[in-house]
Amino acid sequence: MRTDPDRVVGEPMTLNFGPQHPATHGTLRIVVELDGETIVKATPHIGYLHTGFEKLGEHQDYNQFIVVTDRMNYLSPLSNNFGYVLAVEKLMDIRVPKRCEYIRVILAELSRIADHLIWLGMGALDLGAFTVMLYGFEEREKLYSIFEKTTGARLTTSYTRVGGLLRDLYDGFEADVRQFLSGLPKALKEVHTLLTRNRIWMDRTKSVGYMSAEDAIDYGFTGPCLRASGVEWDLRKAEPYSSYEDFDFEIPVGANGDVYDRYLVRMEEMVQSARIVQQALDNLPDGPVNVDDYKIVLPSKEDAYGNIEGLIHHFKILMDGHGVQPPAGEVYCATESPNGELGFYIVSDGSGKAYRIRIRPPSFANFQAVPHMIEGGMISDIVAVLGSLNIVAGELDR
Amino acid sequence: MSEEKEETPEEQQPLVVQKAQEKYSDAILEVSDARGELTIVVRKDVIHGLMEFLKNSPELVYDYLVDVTAVDYSLMEDVLTKYDYARFMVVYHLYSHKNRARLRVKVPVHEKELHIPSMASLWRAANWLERETYDMFGITFDNHPDLRRILMPDDYEGHPLRKDYPLRGRGERESFNFERQNA
Repeated sequence: MRTDPDRVVGEPMTLNFGPQHPATHGTLRIVVELDGETIVKATPHIGYLHTGFEKLGEHQDYNQFIVVTDRMNYLSPLSNNFGYVLAVEKLMDIRVPKRCEYIRVILAELSRIADHLIWLGMGALDLGAFTVMLYGFEEREKLYSIFEKTTGARLTTSYTRVGGLLRDLYDGFEADVRQFLSGLPKALKEVHTLLTRNRIWMDRTKSVGYMSAEDAIDYGFTGPCLRASGVEWDLRKAEPYSSYEDFDFEIPVGANGDVYDRYLVRMEEMVQSARIVQQALDNLPDGPVNVDDYKIVLPSKEDAYGNIEGLIHHFKILMDGHGVQPPAGEVYCATESPNGELGFYIVSDGSGKAYRIRIRPPSFANFQAVPHMIEGGMISDIVAVLGSLNIVAGELDR
Repeated sequence: MSEEKEETPEEQQPLVVQKAQEKYSDAILEVSDARGELTIVVRKDVIHGLMEFLKNSPELVYDYLVDVTAVDYSLMEDVLTKYDYARFMVVYHLYSHKNRARLRVKVPVHEKELHIPSMASLWRAANWLERETYDMFGITFDNHPDLRRILMPDDYEGHPLRKDYPLRGRGERESFNFERQNA
Protein backbone atom coordinates (compact mmCIF):
# COMPACT_ATOMS: atom_id res chain seq x y z
CA MET A 1 0.00 0.00 0.00
CA ARG A 2 2.75 2.38 0.92
CA THR A 3 5.50 1.47 -1.49
CA ASP A 4 4.81 1.12 -5.16
CA PRO A 5 7.69 -0.85 -6.76
CA ASP A 6 7.67 1.33 -9.88
CA ARG A 7 7.80 4.49 -7.89
CA VAL A 8 10.88 6.59 -8.28
CA VAL A 9 12.68 6.48 -4.96
CA GLY A 10 14.12 9.83 -4.07
CA GLU A 11 16.58 10.74 -1.41
CA PRO A 12 15.40 10.11 2.13
CA MET A 13 14.53 13.26 3.94
CA THR A 14 15.60 13.96 7.51
CA LEU A 15 13.09 15.76 9.67
CA ASN A 16 13.76 17.18 13.08
CA PHE A 17 10.67 16.65 15.20
CA GLY A 18 10.91 18.79 18.31
CA PRO A 19 12.27 19.73 20.79
CA GLN A 20 9.85 22.64 20.43
CA HIS A 21 7.04 21.05 18.46
CA PRO A 22 3.57 21.70 19.97
CA ALA A 23 2.98 17.95 20.26
CA THR A 24 6.23 17.28 22.10
CA HIS A 25 4.93 18.32 25.51
CA GLY A 26 7.93 19.32 27.50
CA THR A 27 11.01 19.03 25.37
CA LEU A 28 11.30 15.84 23.39
CA ARG A 29 13.15 15.49 20.14
CA ILE A 30 13.02 12.80 17.51
CA VAL A 31 15.10 12.88 14.35
CA VAL A 32 13.20 10.97 11.70
CA GLU A 33 14.36 9.80 8.30
CA LEU A 34 11.51 9.79 5.84
CA ASP A 35 10.82 8.09 2.58
CA GLY A 36 7.91 10.14 1.38
CA GLU A 37 5.62 10.09 4.38
CA THR A 38 6.89 6.76 5.69
CA ILE A 39 9.27 6.75 8.61
CA VAL A 40 12.40 4.76 7.81
CA LYS A 41 14.35 5.45 10.94
CA ALA A 42 13.69 7.38 14.13
CA THR A 43 16.28 8.49 16.66
CA PRO A 44 15.03 10.05 19.88
CA HIS A 45 17.23 12.49 21.75
CA ILE A 46 16.56 13.27 25.37
CA GLY A 47 18.13 15.29 28.13
CA TYR A 48 16.80 18.76 27.30
CA LEU A 49 15.16 18.98 30.69
CA HIS A 50 17.92 17.28 32.66
CA THR A 51 18.17 19.01 36.01
CA GLY A 52 20.31 16.64 38.03
CA PHE A 53 17.62 15.49 40.46
CA GLU A 54 19.66 12.47 41.50
CA LYS A 55 22.70 14.60 42.24
CA LEU A 56 20.53 17.06 44.17
CA GLY A 57 19.19 14.20 46.25
CA GLU A 58 22.67 13.53 47.59
CA HIS A 59 22.89 17.07 48.93
CA GLN A 60 19.45 17.55 50.45
CA ASP A 61 17.98 15.87 53.48
CA TYR A 62 15.21 13.36 53.14
CA ASN A 63 12.34 15.79 53.62
CA GLN A 64 13.84 18.46 51.39
CA PHE A 65 13.93 16.08 48.47
CA ILE A 66 10.12 15.82 48.51
CA VAL A 67 10.08 19.26 46.89
CA VAL A 68 12.17 17.92 44.02
CA THR A 69 9.79 15.02 43.44
CA ASP A 70 7.00 17.50 42.67
CA ARG A 71 8.83 18.42 39.54
CA MET A 72 9.25 14.94 38.11
CA ASN A 73 5.89 13.96 36.72
CA TYR A 74 4.40 17.40 36.85
CA LEU A 75 0.99 16.14 35.81
CA SER A 76 0.56 14.20 39.04
CA PRO A 77 3.02 15.53 41.63
CA LEU A 78 1.16 13.89 44.51
CA SER A 79 1.95 10.44 43.16
CA ASN A 80 5.66 11.25 43.14
CA ASN A 81 5.54 12.64 46.70
CA PHE A 82 3.80 9.46 47.72
CA GLY A 83 6.21 7.06 46.02
CA TYR A 84 9.25 8.80 47.39
CA VAL A 85 8.22 8.89 51.05
CA LEU A 86 7.15 5.27 50.85
CA ALA A 87 10.70 4.39 49.85
CA VAL A 88 12.18 6.34 52.77
CA GLU A 89 9.67 4.80 55.15
CA LYS A 90 10.58 1.35 53.89
CA LEU A 91 14.21 2.17 54.50
CA MET A 92 13.41 3.27 58.06
CA ASP A 93 10.98 0.42 58.57
CA ILE A 94 8.11 2.57 59.78
CA ARG A 95 4.45 2.26 58.95
CA VAL A 96 2.27 5.34 58.98
CA PRO A 97 -1.21 5.32 60.59
CA LYS A 98 -4.07 3.87 58.62
CA ARG A 99 -5.70 7.26 58.14
CA CYS A 100 -2.54 8.56 56.52
CA GLU A 101 -2.37 5.58 54.19
CA TYR A 102 -5.96 6.13 53.14
CA ILE A 103 -5.46 9.84 52.54
CA ARG A 104 -2.39 9.12 50.46
CA VAL A 105 -4.33 6.59 48.42
CA ILE A 106 -7.19 9.04 47.86
CA LEU A 107 -4.84 11.75 46.68
CA ALA A 108 -2.77 9.39 44.55
CA GLU A 109 -5.89 8.10 42.83
CA LEU A 110 -7.26 11.60 42.32
CA SER A 111 -3.99 12.64 40.77
CA ARG A 112 -4.12 9.56 38.57
CA ILE A 113 -7.48 10.81 37.33
CA ALA A 114 -6.01 14.31 36.85
CA ASP A 115 -3.04 12.87 34.97
CA HIS A 116 -5.22 10.74 32.70
CA LEU A 117 -7.58 13.66 32.07
CA ILE A 118 -4.77 15.89 30.90
CA TRP A 119 -3.29 13.05 28.88
CA LEU A 120 -6.69 12.58 27.29
CA GLY A 121 -7.14 16.25 26.57
CA MET A 122 -3.69 16.80 25.14
CA GLY A 123 -3.59 13.51 23.25
CA ALA A 124 -6.90 14.28 21.61
CA LEU A 125 -5.91 17.88 20.94
CA ASP A 126 -2.78 16.70 19.13
CA LEU A 127 -4.98 14.61 16.86
CA GLY A 128 -7.32 17.50 16.18
CA ALA A 129 -10.11 16.81 18.68
CA PHE A 130 -10.11 20.16 20.37
CA THR A 131 -13.37 19.77 22.28
CA VAL A 132 -12.11 16.83 24.32
CA MET A 133 -9.37 18.97 25.76
CA LEU A 134 -11.95 21.40 27.12
CA TYR A 135 -13.93 18.60 28.74
CA GLY A 136 -10.78 17.11 30.25
CA PHE A 137 -9.50 20.41 31.53
CA GLU A 138 -12.79 21.32 33.11
CA GLU A 139 -12.75 18.20 35.26
CA ARG A 140 -9.07 18.53 36.01
CA GLU A 141 -9.63 22.08 37.17
CA LYS A 142 -12.04 20.83 39.84
CA LEU A 143 -9.39 18.40 41.03
CA TYR A 144 -6.71 21.04 41.10
CA SER A 145 -8.95 23.22 43.25
CA ILE A 146 -9.21 20.33 45.70
CA PHE A 147 -5.44 19.83 45.60
CA GLU A 148 -4.89 23.51 46.17
CA LYS A 149 -7.18 23.56 49.17
CA THR A 150 -5.52 20.43 50.57
CA THR A 151 -1.87 21.15 49.96
CA GLY A 152 -1.72 24.89 49.37
CA ALA A 153 -0.49 24.57 45.80
CA ARG A 154 -1.74 23.34 42.47
CA LEU A 155 1.50 21.93 41.13
CA THR A 156 4.19 22.06 43.79
CA THR A 157 2.14 20.09 46.27
CA SER A 158 4.89 18.58 48.50
CA TYR A 159 2.10 17.20 50.65
CA THR A 160 3.62 14.05 52.05
CA ARG A 161 6.27 13.92 54.74
CA VAL A 162 8.47 11.09 55.86
CA GLY A 163 6.23 9.46 58.45
CA GLY A 164 3.04 11.28 57.59
CA LEU A 165 1.59 14.28 55.86
CA LEU A 166 2.04 18.02 55.85
CA ARG A 167 -1.33 18.31 57.62
CA ASP A 168 -4.65 16.56 57.84
CA LEU A 169 -7.38 17.15 55.29
CA TYR A 170 -9.38 20.36 55.42
CA ASP A 171 -13.01 20.37 56.55
CA GLY A 172 -15.24 19.78 53.61
CA PHE A 173 -12.68 17.74 51.66
CA GLU A 174 -14.99 14.77 51.59
CA ALA A 175 -17.91 16.81 50.27
CA ASP A 176 -15.71 18.37 47.57
CA VAL A 177 -14.36 15.02 46.42
CA ARG A 178 -17.78 13.40 46.43
CA GLN A 179 -19.10 16.23 44.34
CA PHE A 180 -16.26 15.77 41.88
CA LEU A 181 -16.85 12.01 41.76
CA SER A 182 -20.54 12.47 41.06
CA GLY A 183 -19.75 14.62 38.03
CA LEU A 184 -16.96 12.44 36.63
CA PRO A 185 -19.06 9.66 35.02
CA LYS A 186 -20.97 12.24 33.00
CA ALA A 187 -17.76 13.87 31.79
CA LEU A 188 -16.26 10.50 30.82
CA LYS A 189 -19.44 9.55 29.04
CA GLU A 190 -19.24 12.73 27.01
CA VAL A 191 -15.67 11.91 26.05
CA HIS A 192 -16.72 8.41 25.05
CA THR A 193 -19.45 9.91 22.88
CA LEU A 194 -16.94 12.21 21.26
CA LEU A 195 -14.15 9.72 20.65
CA THR A 196 -14.76 6.04 21.21
CA ARG A 197 -16.79 5.40 18.05
CA ASN A 198 -15.52 8.45 16.23
CA ARG A 199 -14.41 7.47 12.75
CA ILE A 200 -11.49 9.87 12.57
CA TRP A 201 -10.26 8.99 16.06
CA MET A 202 -10.40 5.27 15.29
CA ASP A 203 -8.60 5.70 11.98
CA ARG A 204 -5.85 7.67 13.62
CA THR A 205 -5.37 5.35 16.60
CA LYS A 206 -6.33 1.79 15.69
CA SER A 207 -3.33 -0.45 14.84
CA VAL A 208 -1.05 2.53 15.27
CA GLY A 209 1.98 2.26 17.53
CA TYR A 210 1.56 -1.47 18.04
CA MET A 211 3.41 -3.19 20.88
CA SER A 212 3.14 -6.92 21.47
CA ALA A 213 3.10 -8.15 25.07
CA GLU A 214 6.60 -9.66 24.74
CA ASP A 215 8.05 -6.49 23.24
CA ALA A 216 6.36 -4.38 25.91
CA ILE A 217 7.95 -6.40 28.71
CA ASP A 218 11.29 -6.50 26.92
CA TYR A 219 11.30 -2.72 26.65
CA GLY A 220 10.41 -2.41 30.31
CA PHE A 221 6.91 -1.04 29.77
CA THR A 222 4.76 -0.60 32.84
CA GLY A 223 1.45 0.99 33.69
CA PRO A 224 -1.35 1.62 31.21
CA CYS A 225 0.93 1.09 28.20
CA LEU A 226 1.84 -2.41 29.36
CA ARG A 227 -1.74 -3.26 30.22
CA ALA A 228 -2.92 -2.05 26.82
CA SER A 229 -0.67 -4.76 25.35
CA GLY A 230 -2.61 -7.37 27.28
CA VAL A 231 -0.42 -7.94 30.34
CA GLU A 232 -2.51 -7.85 33.49
CA TRP A 233 0.02 -6.33 35.84
CA ASP A 234 -0.50 -3.51 38.25
CA LEU A 235 1.72 -2.88 41.25
CA ARG A 236 -1.31 -1.96 43.33
CA LYS A 237 -2.39 -5.60 42.96
CA ALA A 238 0.93 -7.36 42.45
CA GLU A 239 2.69 -5.80 45.43
CA PRO A 240 0.00 -3.96 47.41
CA TYR A 241 1.36 -1.01 49.37
CA SER A 242 -0.27 1.60 51.58
CA SER A 243 -3.47 -0.43 52.18
CA TYR A 244 -4.32 -0.99 48.51
CA GLU A 245 -5.28 -4.53 49.50
CA ASP A 246 -8.32 -3.03 51.31
CA PHE A 247 -9.93 -1.81 48.13
CA ASP A 248 -11.95 -3.58 45.54
CA PHE A 249 -11.01 -2.55 42.02
CA GLU A 250 -10.23 -4.07 38.68
CA ILE A 251 -7.28 -3.77 36.34
CA PRO A 252 -8.39 -2.87 32.83
CA VAL A 253 -6.43 -4.75 30.19
CA GLY A 254 -6.29 -4.09 26.47
CA ALA A 255 -5.92 -6.65 23.72
CA ASN A 256 -4.29 -5.00 20.73
CA GLY A 257 -1.48 -2.93 22.23
CA ASP A 258 -2.18 0.04 19.97
CA VAL A 259 -2.93 3.68 20.65
CA TYR A 260 -6.66 3.04 20.73
CA ASP A 261 -6.29 0.42 23.47
CA ARG A 262 -4.08 2.70 25.51
CA TYR A 263 -6.89 5.21 25.28
CA LEU A 264 -9.51 2.70 26.41
CA VAL A 265 -7.34 1.39 29.26
CA ARG A 266 -6.75 4.86 30.62
CA MET A 267 -10.43 5.74 30.33
CA GLU A 268 -11.36 2.69 32.37
CA GLU A 269 -8.60 3.32 34.89
CA MET A 270 -10.22 6.62 35.76
CA VAL A 271 -13.44 4.78 36.57
CA GLN A 272 -11.55 2.30 38.75
CA SER A 273 -9.64 5.08 40.51
CA ALA A 274 -12.93 6.76 41.28
CA ARG A 275 -14.12 3.49 42.81
CA ILE A 276 -11.04 3.34 45.05
CA VAL A 277 -11.52 6.92 46.16
CA GLN A 278 -15.17 6.23 46.92
CA GLN A 279 -14.30 3.24 49.09
CA ALA A 280 -11.50 5.06 50.84
CA LEU A 281 -13.81 7.96 51.66
CA ASP A 282 -16.49 5.60 52.97
CA ASN A 283 -14.05 3.86 55.27
CA LEU A 284 -11.68 6.70 56.09
CA PRO A 285 -10.42 5.93 59.61
CA ASP A 286 -10.14 8.56 62.31
CA GLY A 287 -6.99 9.24 64.22
CA PRO A 288 -3.66 10.90 63.67
CA VAL A 289 -2.02 11.22 60.26
CA ASN A 290 1.57 11.21 61.46
CA VAL A 291 3.61 8.54 63.18
CA ASP A 292 3.95 9.09 66.89
CA ASP A 293 7.65 9.80 66.90
CA TYR A 294 9.05 13.30 67.11
CA LYS A 295 12.41 12.03 65.89
CA ILE A 296 10.73 11.63 62.48
CA VAL A 297 7.90 14.16 62.19
CA LEU A 298 7.51 17.70 63.43
CA PRO A 299 5.67 17.94 66.77
CA SER A 300 2.24 19.54 66.85
CA LYS A 301 2.11 23.25 67.40
CA GLU A 302 0.62 22.73 70.90
CA ASP A 303 3.63 20.63 71.86
CA ALA A 304 6.14 22.97 70.26
CA TYR A 305 4.75 25.95 72.14
CA GLY A 306 3.48 24.13 75.21
CA ASN A 307 6.33 22.04 76.53
CA ILE A 308 10.08 22.03 76.44
CA GLU A 309 10.46 18.60 74.82
CA GLY A 310 8.20 19.56 71.98
CA LEU A 311 10.19 22.74 71.47
CA ILE A 312 13.51 20.85 71.42
CA HIS A 313 12.19 18.35 68.90
CA HIS A 314 10.74 21.12 66.81
CA PHE A 315 14.20 22.60 66.31
CA LYS A 316 16.23 19.44 66.28
CA ILE A 317 14.32 17.76 63.50
CA LEU A 318 15.15 20.62 61.16
CA MET A 319 18.82 20.77 62.11
CA ASP A 320 21.35 19.21 59.81
CA GLY A 321 22.36 15.84 61.21
CA HIS A 322 19.56 15.65 63.77
CA GLY A 323 16.49 15.11 61.61
CA VAL A 324 15.30 12.06 59.74
CA GLN A 325 18.18 9.60 59.72
CA PRO A 326 17.44 6.19 58.23
CA PRO A 327 19.81 3.35 59.09
CA ALA A 328 22.55 2.47 56.63
CA GLY A 329 21.37 0.19 53.88
CA GLU A 330 19.63 0.24 50.55
CA VAL A 331 16.08 -0.03 49.41
CA TYR A 332 14.12 -0.17 46.17
CA CYS A 333 10.50 0.82 46.42
CA ALA A 334 8.15 0.95 43.45
CA THR A 335 4.68 2.41 43.21
CA GLU A 336 2.11 2.43 40.45
CA SER A 337 2.23 6.02 39.28
CA PRO A 338 -0.21 7.12 36.56
CA ASN A 339 2.38 6.28 33.90
CA GLY A 340 3.62 3.03 35.39
CA GLU A 341 6.28 1.82 37.75
CA LEU A 342 7.91 4.73 39.53
CA GLY A 343 10.80 3.32 41.52
CA PHE A 344 13.13 4.89 44.02
CA TYR A 345 16.42 3.20 44.82
CA ILE A 346 17.97 4.81 47.87
CA VAL A 347 21.37 4.00 49.33
CA SER A 348 21.80 5.35 52.84
CA ASP A 349 25.01 5.68 54.81
CA GLY A 350 23.13 6.37 58.01
CA SER A 351 23.35 10.15 57.78
CA GLY A 352 20.58 12.66 57.25
CA LYS A 353 21.15 12.79 53.50
CA ALA A 354 20.86 9.97 51.01
CA TYR A 355 24.14 8.60 49.75
CA ARG A 356 22.55 7.92 46.40
CA ILE A 357 19.03 8.36 45.10
CA ARG A 358 18.13 6.72 41.85
CA ILE A 359 14.78 7.40 40.27
CA ARG A 360 13.40 4.84 37.88
CA PRO A 361 10.84 6.75 35.85
CA PRO A 362 8.23 4.99 33.72
CA SER A 363 8.55 7.46 30.85
CA PHE A 364 12.18 6.51 30.28
CA ALA A 365 11.30 2.96 29.27
CA ASN A 366 8.28 4.09 27.29
CA PHE A 367 10.12 6.69 25.27
CA GLN A 368 12.92 4.30 24.42
CA ALA A 369 10.45 2.16 22.50
CA VAL A 370 9.20 5.01 20.30
CA PRO A 371 11.38 4.06 17.27
CA HIS A 372 10.12 0.49 17.53
CA MET A 373 6.55 1.75 17.40
CA ILE A 374 6.77 4.35 14.67
CA GLU A 375 9.34 2.99 12.21
CA GLY A 376 7.48 1.83 9.14
CA GLY A 377 4.49 3.98 9.99
CA MET A 378 3.39 7.32 8.68
CA ILE A 379 4.72 10.64 9.86
CA SER A 380 1.38 11.60 11.34
CA ASP A 381 1.57 8.53 13.60
CA ILE A 382 4.36 10.11 15.63
CA VAL A 383 1.95 12.52 17.23
CA ALA A 384 -0.57 9.79 17.98
CA VAL A 385 2.06 7.49 19.49
CA LEU A 386 3.73 10.17 21.57
CA GLY A 387 0.38 11.29 22.87
CA SER A 388 -0.63 7.75 23.82
CA LEU A 389 2.52 7.15 25.87
CA ASN A 390 2.15 10.31 27.93
CA ILE A 391 5.86 11.00 28.07
CA VAL A 392 6.53 13.57 30.74
CA ALA A 393 9.89 15.21 30.16
CA GLY A 394 10.28 16.11 33.82
CA GLU A 395 10.56 12.50 34.89
CA LEU A 396 12.16 11.36 31.64
CA ASP A 397 15.21 13.62 32.00
CA ARG A 398 15.13 14.28 35.73
CA MET B 1 16.41 -11.76 66.50
CA SER B 2 19.85 -11.71 64.98
CA GLU B 3 20.26 -15.43 65.61
CA GLU B 4 17.12 -16.24 63.72
CA LYS B 5 18.19 -14.18 60.78
CA GLU B 6 21.49 -15.96 60.55
CA GLU B 7 19.95 -19.39 60.65
CA THR B 8 17.06 -19.14 58.24
CA PRO B 9 18.97 -18.41 55.04
CA GLU B 10 20.94 -21.62 55.46
CA GLU B 11 17.81 -23.73 55.50
CA GLN B 12 15.53 -22.07 53.00
CA GLN B 13 17.43 -20.21 50.36
CA PRO B 14 15.08 -18.81 47.73
CA LEU B 15 15.04 -20.83 44.54
CA VAL B 16 16.89 -18.21 42.56
CA VAL B 17 19.77 -18.21 45.04
CA GLN B 18 19.99 -22.01 45.03
CA LYS B 19 20.03 -22.08 41.26
CA ALA B 20 22.55 -19.31 40.98
CA GLN B 21 24.81 -20.96 43.50
CA GLU B 22 24.64 -24.26 41.69
CA LYS B 23 25.91 -22.64 38.55
CA TYR B 24 28.16 -19.87 39.78
CA SER B 25 28.97 -20.76 43.37
CA ASP B 26 32.50 -19.38 43.39
CA ALA B 27 31.53 -16.12 41.71
CA ILE B 28 28.80 -15.15 44.16
CA LEU B 29 30.34 -12.80 46.70
CA GLU B 30 27.35 -12.19 48.90
CA VAL B 31 23.65 -12.95 49.27
CA SER B 32 21.48 -10.83 51.50
CA ASP B 33 17.80 -10.42 52.17
CA ALA B 34 17.19 -7.10 53.85
CA ARG B 35 13.71 -5.52 54.10
CA GLY B 36 12.35 -8.31 51.96
CA GLU B 37 14.67 -7.45 49.08
CA LEU B 38 16.89 -10.17 47.78
CA THR B 39 20.34 -9.00 46.72
CA ILE B 40 23.11 -10.97 45.07
CA VAL B 41 26.59 -9.57 44.64
CA VAL B 42 28.53 -11.30 41.90
CA ARG B 43 31.89 -11.07 40.20
CA LYS B 44 32.01 -9.24 36.92
CA ASP B 45 33.27 -12.13 34.78
CA VAL B 46 30.05 -14.14 35.22
CA ILE B 47 27.50 -11.33 35.06
CA HIS B 48 26.42 -11.82 31.46
CA GLY B 49 26.08 -15.56 31.89
CA LEU B 50 24.19 -15.17 35.14
CA MET B 51 21.77 -12.62 33.70
CA GLU B 52 21.15 -14.77 30.65
CA PHE B 53 20.43 -17.68 32.96
CA LEU B 54 18.10 -15.61 35.17
CA LYS B 55 16.17 -14.43 32.16
CA ASN B 56 15.94 -17.66 30.23
CA SER B 57 15.60 -20.25 32.97
CA PRO B 58 12.03 -21.56 32.69
CA GLU B 59 11.57 -21.53 36.47
CA LEU B 60 12.93 -18.08 37.20
CA VAL B 61 12.03 -16.01 34.11
CA TYR B 62 13.27 -12.60 35.16
CA ASP B 63 11.82 -11.14 31.99
CA TYR B 64 11.57 -7.50 33.02
CA LEU B 65 14.72 -5.45 33.52
CA VAL B 66 13.49 -2.76 35.86
CA ASP B 67 16.58 -0.65 36.19
CA VAL B 68 20.29 -0.42 35.61
CA THR B 69 22.29 2.08 37.56
CA ALA B 70 25.51 2.43 39.52
CA VAL B 71 26.68 3.71 42.86
CA ASP B 72 30.00 5.44 43.46
CA TYR B 73 31.11 4.03 46.81
CA SER B 74 34.28 6.07 47.04
CA LEU B 75 33.11 7.79 50.24
CA MET B 76 31.83 4.65 51.95
CA GLU B 77 34.87 3.06 53.49
CA ASP B 78 33.17 -0.08 54.81
CA VAL B 79 31.83 -1.07 51.40
CA LEU B 80 35.14 -0.28 49.73
CA THR B 81 37.13 -2.54 52.03
CA LYS B 82 34.58 -5.30 51.71
CA TYR B 83 34.89 -5.53 47.94
CA ASP B 84 38.62 -5.07 47.44
CA TYR B 85 38.39 -1.31 46.90
CA ALA B 86 36.09 -1.49 43.91
CA ARG B 87 34.93 2.08 43.54
CA PHE B 88 31.73 1.45 41.62
CA MET B 89 28.92 -0.99 41.96
CA VAL B 90 26.67 -1.56 38.96
CA VAL B 91 23.17 -2.32 40.22
CA TYR B 92 20.55 -4.24 38.26
CA HIS B 93 16.96 -4.58 39.35
CA LEU B 94 15.06 -7.47 37.86
CA TYR B 95 11.46 -8.55 38.06
CA SER B 96 9.79 -11.79 37.10
CA HIS B 97 6.23 -11.40 35.85
CA LYS B 98 5.72 -15.14 36.24
CA ASN B 99 6.80 -15.43 39.88
CA ARG B 100 6.08 -11.84 40.84
CA ALA B 101 9.51 -11.69 42.40
CA ARG B 102 12.15 -9.02 42.49
CA LEU B 103 15.90 -9.42 42.54
CA ARG B 104 18.79 -7.03 42.83
CA VAL B 105 22.12 -7.99 41.31
CA LYS B 106 25.19 -5.95 42.13
CA VAL B 107 28.57 -6.10 40.48
CA PRO B 108 31.69 -4.42 41.89
CA VAL B 109 33.63 -2.57 39.20
CA HIS B 110 37.17 -1.33 39.78
CA GLU B 111 38.25 2.03 38.55
CA LYS B 112 41.18 0.46 36.71
CA GLU B 113 38.87 -1.74 34.65
CA LEU B 114 35.93 0.54 34.13
CA HIS B 115 33.88 -1.66 31.87
CA ILE B 116 31.24 -4.35 32.17
CA PRO B 117 29.38 -6.51 29.63
CA SER B 118 26.25 -4.94 28.17
CA MET B 119 22.86 -6.55 28.70
CA ALA B 120 21.37 -4.91 25.61
CA SER B 121 21.35 -8.25 23.79
CA LEU B 122 19.14 -9.74 26.53
CA TRP B 123 16.73 -6.90 27.22
CA ARG B 124 16.15 -4.02 24.85
CA ALA B 125 15.34 -1.91 27.91
CA ALA B 126 19.02 -2.09 28.86
CA ASN B 127 20.09 0.09 25.96
CA TRP B 128 19.15 3.48 27.37
CA LEU B 129 19.62 2.51 31.00
CA GLU B 130 23.22 1.57 30.29
CA ARG B 131 23.73 4.72 28.28
CA GLU B 132 22.59 6.72 31.28
CA THR B 133 24.93 4.83 33.60
CA TYR B 134 27.78 5.47 31.18
CA ASP B 135 26.84 9.13 30.98
CA MET B 136 26.60 9.63 34.73
CA PHE B 137 29.45 7.42 35.94
CA GLY B 138 31.73 6.82 32.98
CA ILE B 139 31.40 3.05 33.13
CA THR B 140 31.69 1.57 29.63
CA PHE B 141 29.44 -1.28 28.57
CA ASP B 142 31.15 -3.79 26.29
CA ASN B 143 29.28 -4.73 23.12
CA HIS B 144 26.69 -2.04 23.63
CA PRO B 145 25.03 -1.19 20.29
CA ASP B 146 25.03 2.58 20.72
CA LEU B 147 27.02 3.81 23.70
CA ARG B 148 26.63 7.59 23.61
CA ARG B 149 25.81 10.12 26.27
CA ILE B 150 22.09 10.38 26.77
CA LEU B 151 21.21 13.15 29.21
CA MET B 152 24.30 15.34 29.02
CA PRO B 153 25.48 17.01 25.77
CA ASP B 154 27.77 14.91 23.56
CA ASP B 155 30.79 17.13 24.10
CA TYR B 156 30.41 17.20 27.87
CA GLU B 157 33.40 16.34 29.99
CA GLY B 158 33.13 14.48 33.25
CA HIS B 159 30.50 12.27 34.80
CA PRO B 160 28.13 14.16 37.09
CA LEU B 161 27.04 11.47 39.52
CA ARG B 162 30.56 10.58 40.58
CA LYS B 163 31.23 11.65 44.13
CA ASP B 164 34.19 13.79 43.13
CA TYR B 165 32.05 15.83 40.76
CA PRO B 166 30.90 19.03 42.48
CA LEU B 167 27.18 19.74 42.86
CA ARG B 168 27.37 23.00 40.98
CA GLY B 169 29.51 21.61 38.19
CA ARG B 170 32.86 22.74 36.95
CA GLY B 171 31.81 25.90 35.20
CA GLU B 172 30.11 24.17 32.26
CA ARG B 173 27.07 26.37 32.65
CA GLU B 174 29.08 29.56 32.28
CA SER B 175 31.14 28.35 29.34
CA PHE B 176 28.36 26.52 27.49
CA ASN B 177 28.55 27.19 23.78
CA PHE B 178 24.98 27.84 22.68
CA GLU B 179 25.95 28.28 19.04
CA ARG B 180 27.54 24.87 18.56
CA GLN B 181 26.94 23.20 15.27
CA ASN B 182 25.68 19.65 15.07
CA ALA B 183 24.14 19.44 18.52
